[in-house]
Amino acid sequence: MRRTVPAVLLTVALLGTAACTQTKSGSGGGDSGGPVKIGLVTKTDTNPYFVKLRESAKAHGQTKGAEVIAVAGKFDGDNEGQVAAIENLVQQGVKGILITPSNSTGILGALKQAKEKGVLVIALDTETDPKDAVDATYATNNVTAGELEGKYIKATLGTTPPRLLMMDGTPGGTVDEQRHRGFLQGMGLKDGDPAIIGAAPTNGDQNKAQAAMENLLQRDATVNAVYTLNEPAARGAVAALTAKGLAGKVAVGSIDGGCQGVADVKAGKYLATVMQFPKKMAEQGVDAVVAFAKDGTKPAGFQDTGAQLITDKPLPGLDSKDTTWGAQNCWG
Amino acid sequence: MTAPALQARGLVKRYGRVTAIDGADFDLLPGEVLAVVGDNGAGKSSLIKALSGALVPDEGTVLLDGVETHFHSPLDARHAGIETVHQTLALAPAMDIATNLFLGREIRRTGPLGSVLRLLDRGAMRQQAQEQLDALGIETVQHIGQLVETLSGGQRQAVAVARAAMFGRKMVIMDEPTAALGVKESGQVLDLIRRIRDRGLPVVLISHDMPQVFEIADRIHVHRLGRRAAVVRPADATMSQVVSLMTGALRPGDPDAPPNLVDT
Amino acid sequence: MSVTEKAAPSLRNRSAEAFLHNPALGPLAALLVAIVVFSVTTSTFLTVDNLSLVVQQSLVVATLALGQTLIVLTGGIDLANAAIMVLGTMVLAKLVIGGSSSVVALVAGFLVCAALGAVSGGLVTWLNLPPFIVTLGMLTVVLAAGRLYSEGNSFPVTDNLLGVLGEGGYLFGQIRVTHGMTLAVVMFAVTWYALTRTAWGRHVYALGNDPEAARLTGIHVGRTRFSVYLVAGVIYAFAAWQALGRIPNADPNAFQTGNLDSITAVVIGGTSLFGGRGSVLGTVVGALIVAVLRSGLTQAGIDSLYQDVATGVLVIAAVAFDQIVRRRSR
Repeated sequence: MRRTVPAVLLTVALLGTAACTQTKSGSGGGDSGGPVKIGLVTKTDTNPYFVKLRESAKAHGQTKGAEVIAVAGKFDGDNEGQVAAIENLVQQGVKGILITPSNSTGILGALKQAKEKGVLVIALDTETDPKDAVDATYATNNVTAGELEGKYIKATLGTTPPRLLMMDGTPGGTVDEQRHRGFLQGMGLKDGDPAIIGAAPTNGDQNKAQAAMENLLQRDATVNAVYTLNEPAARGAVAALTAKGLAGKVAVGSIDGGCQGVADVKAGKYLATVMQFPKKMAEQGVDAVVAFAKDGTKPAGFQDTGAQLITDKPLPGLDSKDTTWGAQNCWG
Repeated sequence: MTAPALQARGLVKRYGRVTAIDGADFDLLPGEVLAVVGDNGAGKSSLIKALSGALVPDEGTVLLDGVETHFHSPLDARHAGIETVHQTLALAPAMDIATNLFLGREIRRTGPLGSVLRLLDRGAMRQQAQEQLDALGIETVQHIGQLVETLSGGQRQAVAVARAAMFGRKMVIMDEPTAALGVKESGQVLDLIRRIRDRGLPVVLISHDMPQVFEIADRIHVHRLGRRAAVVRPADATMSQVVSLMTGALRPGDPDAPPNLVDT
Repeated sequence: MSVTEKAAPSLRNRSAEAFLHNPALGPLAALLVAIVVFSVTTSTFLTVDNLSLVVQQSLVVATLALGQTLIVLTGGIDLANAAIMVLGTMVLAKLVIGGSSSVVALVAGFLVCAALGAVSGGLVTWLNLPPFIVTLGMLTVVLAAGRLYSEGNSFPVTDNLLGVLGEGGYLFGQIRVTHGMTLAVVMFAVTWYALTRTAWGRHVYALGNDPEAARLTGIHVGRTRFSVYLVAGVIYAFAAWQALGRIPNADPNAFQTGNLDSITAVVIGGTSLFGGRGSVLGTVVGALIVAVLRSGLTQAGIDSLYQDVATGVLVIAAVAFDQIVRRRSR
């Protein structure tokens, strides 16, 4: 018995906190009046991108009288965690779910069930496959974003034939594949082109990117252009290039538009980044669910929330903004 | 003299240059308590390990009831009916008394429940465990379902001794059974040893506690420098004589030495 | 020995004491309290639908935790269990996609998982390496093997037999019961029986209590330890099957924290990481507590980071209780 008592007390204490928070946010549960409940399911809780998404959604929700419940997977690719989150949110009676789907094919079943129960489902940032598994998608067009990066690098190289290293993301990831494809389009290259002297998965992680770049350079240091899937990967790649004495001699581009990334561009660590706008995704998503709750209008299709090239070395023919503008509009 | 229950002749065990057993002899008579005493490093534990199968001697013979026997593992010795109560007791603390008594020797149900489903006969084991404790007069434990970790040191010792007595058909070896116990609990363990002897099971008792040895032993085996130095009867000797034999200050042939029961 | 009078133990006393000694009791009480609190504070938690859902959500981790329980009872730990399971899902999915019959795929999946369990067990048992190190190494190797085997792809599963554990019917026309739930109940019952009603189970506990003592009592310590890892491997294959029933997609990146989740369930369930103490009932309860907290806190509108805080606190609390109990017993 002596084991039981503290266990019970602890649980009561934990759940007491839960109950208090609930009272404070004033949700009554169910459909009977009260604020519109919106579930936000992100890939993880750790990436500043998702933090921005969450904070923007919460802040915007408050101005619209909606309550945003944020739940996340534990790691990139945590299908099980996202499925459980969707199920729990549906049980709770949310009007709509905004989700950055972890693995596009992994969670379709849960999303379908949510839709069947009359919940509006909007994908943020990442498309599902097939796309109509959700009612609408608010995202960066990642092919466009990749293409912008590719065009810029191509323009920077000018007539010099490219010697390209590619810092990819997670094998099989949708975003990864789209950015990769877009970039090569922008460069006017195809997969398998001999100009691509190496590629490695980085999982978008700085440490992995650095190690991957170090290893690739060990093999072939004639590189003059580097594609990076996101800014952490760019930082890792630049660190490895710097150690080899190649900093500034290689055209490095990136995608994301995080505040640190904009600062990196300003500091000249890499030439350009393509900014995406999680705040817009979150706000438009919240607006859509609120509208749906009010009169049942459903958004549809793919809504591009835009991609903007950020660089302090603008090149003719490419629309770009400088890092000052970037710093004002960045996330994270 | 009656035929020994266990007899060893000329046991030798070397580890590299170190000789742990140097031509040791050993005799255990039926129904006796034989104390084995010796200074630290005299090779008592090596001798006992050789008798309980924990080490295989390089030379020498072991006769069990007059039959030459070779133990290659403690399990061999156990199968031959030699049980050892280790100093560590070898009990599983989070399991109850009955479970510990039958650990490694569980009884299964008869019929397909036992042979196919491997179902244990917990009732039979509990009952036999209780009978064993009763027979040995171990009454301080409340019931055989008590967890060993809730028992006192003396009670745990009693459980380990009861297990040895239950399965020992030829002899029981006890390694320092009272070393960790208080006066009262030591006395209770000595009572237990007497009861086991009274059942006709010979007991080998390894002990440092000279008063205790003189209280309970029928004969005392003095071990020194890897071999048997002497065997004396407590009635014939004083404690200081035995200690002198252990240290070598006194030799078996000396005029003031107690009568030695064996040739050395 | 004869000073104290003999207390004749009544049967009722004995079972009452056994009940109070059951290490699953604390977690069970915590689970009930959690359910009551969520039922009171949210209008959506205590519904038949939701309770069925919570059980479905806990199935894969609970099955992983079942294998983990066996290993933890011997004083070991398995960091590779989820990786083995994920590789299992890919073997199942890829074989079926490649045209094998689902039965062949299942057999192959079970063989692969059992073999990997046996490798861990063999290294721990016969090379006498620490389980933490062995399974850490296995984790890395198996993860990489999974990625090599899948070439980074994930494999959607449409096969009936492989997805069958997610199917099911309604009990009393109301309660959704999947075949996965039924299988889990059977598996837990069988494991409970093996642990508490057979000599093998007693030897597993004895091994975790004190391996030297177990050896001295004549238990085949090596054989028993190895068998535990082998059985755990088979259980991970069942977990792989359960995982495909829940999400019909074999993904090399899935369940990256499955090993820790299973340890969490085992520890919250009152099984001691030092070995020799614990029960499968506790593990069931531990897995359910995690799922109940996640579901209930979401429905109370609590963000997931705070849910993680709650789970983490529970783990530490559970281990603290274990320590206190152990200290008192000395």
